[in-house]
Amino acid sequence: MSDISFLLLAFFLLVSNINTDQGIARRLPPPLPPTQEKKPEVKERNIFVVKINSKDRLLFNGEVGDIRDLKDRAKEFLGNPNNDDNLPEKIDMEIPLLGMMKISKGIISLQNDRGTSYDMYVAVQNELTAAINEMRNELSTEKFGRKYADLNDTQADAIDQAIPIAISEAEPTKVGENK
Amino acid sequence: MARFTGKKPKETPALNMGSMSDIIFMLLFFFMTITTMRESSLYVTIKVPKATETVKLEKKSLVSYINVGTPMQGEWQKKYGTDSRIQLNDQISEVSDIPLYVENEFQARIEADRPFVTFSIKADKDTKMGLISDIKQELRNTGAFKIFYNAAKSERNYN
Repeated sequence: MSDISFLLLAFFLLVSNINTDQGIARRLPPPLPPTQEKKPEVKERNIFVVKINSKDRLLFNGEVGDIRDLKDRAKEFLGNPNNDDNLPEKIDMEIPLLGMMKISKGIISLQNDRGTSYDMYVAVQNELTAAINEMRNELSTEKFGRKYADLNDTQADAIDQAIPIAISEAEPTKVGENK
Repeated sequence: MARFTGKKPKETPALNMGSMSDIIFMLLFFFMTITTMRESSLYVTIKVPKATETVKLEKKSLVSYINVGTPMQGEWQKKYGTDSRIQLNDQISEVSDIPLYVENEFQARIEADRPFVTFSIKADKDTKMGLISDIKQELRNTGAFKIFYNAAKSERNYN
């Protein structure tokens, strides 16, 4: 009996792997309907442009930037703590559990080149995720006294509504295509 | 008094092996529950990028994989070159094969689960974004909106 179960055990040990996959989850936008040609107008102050070129260099709103600053820049942009006129507007919205909240209209626009490395792309996505996660953690500690990861589903939904993942990806440029 | 002073050599009693199979079965069930079957073997070399904000990929049964990387050394490189290629299931494929793959993956699940199918892009860190963008575009056009960039968990090096 124990021989058989040993055999089974050895079999399962061999064919299985324990490590779970980790990574960054994203949602793609649905394809644009063919009739819609005009892009929706977005005010300049509501948009933060992050560009990655084919040499993996970064440009934030037209200025050369470093990936180490990206998280703080993104946080400052999305949070707009001092209600700066150059940073995104906020709209009032009633959210269950949270009450009246000021939701930022800011959108982070991400554009890469076809020659950008996947490594850099993930690094940028990671920094942006870090910024959003930090803001969600701050809000959740303020409202519920707990970290975002420890919230239940309805609470997490409320926080998600208050701080959405506002990342929009533009069509990549084609400078580094043939390399 | 002989009863008390009589010296028997002390022996360790033999272990009762009867419960061993129970223990082994318990181990077996433990491993069966915490592990997942290894999917098709990879023909492309993949070293996933590092990230700090990773989350775990939930619900393995609702995940389909898209592997991207350079073909393995030797036979595979002779056949497919050294450029990054896509591997779907167990064959090297083109970007144009993705819609059919997505369709098949959707068909394999019951209808209620289909909106929750996640496509996990497991790509090598040196892949050019051109290929990844093409894959994303195909996924988007086929109605597969939930995607996942596979990355290895790492510690933060800067703030």
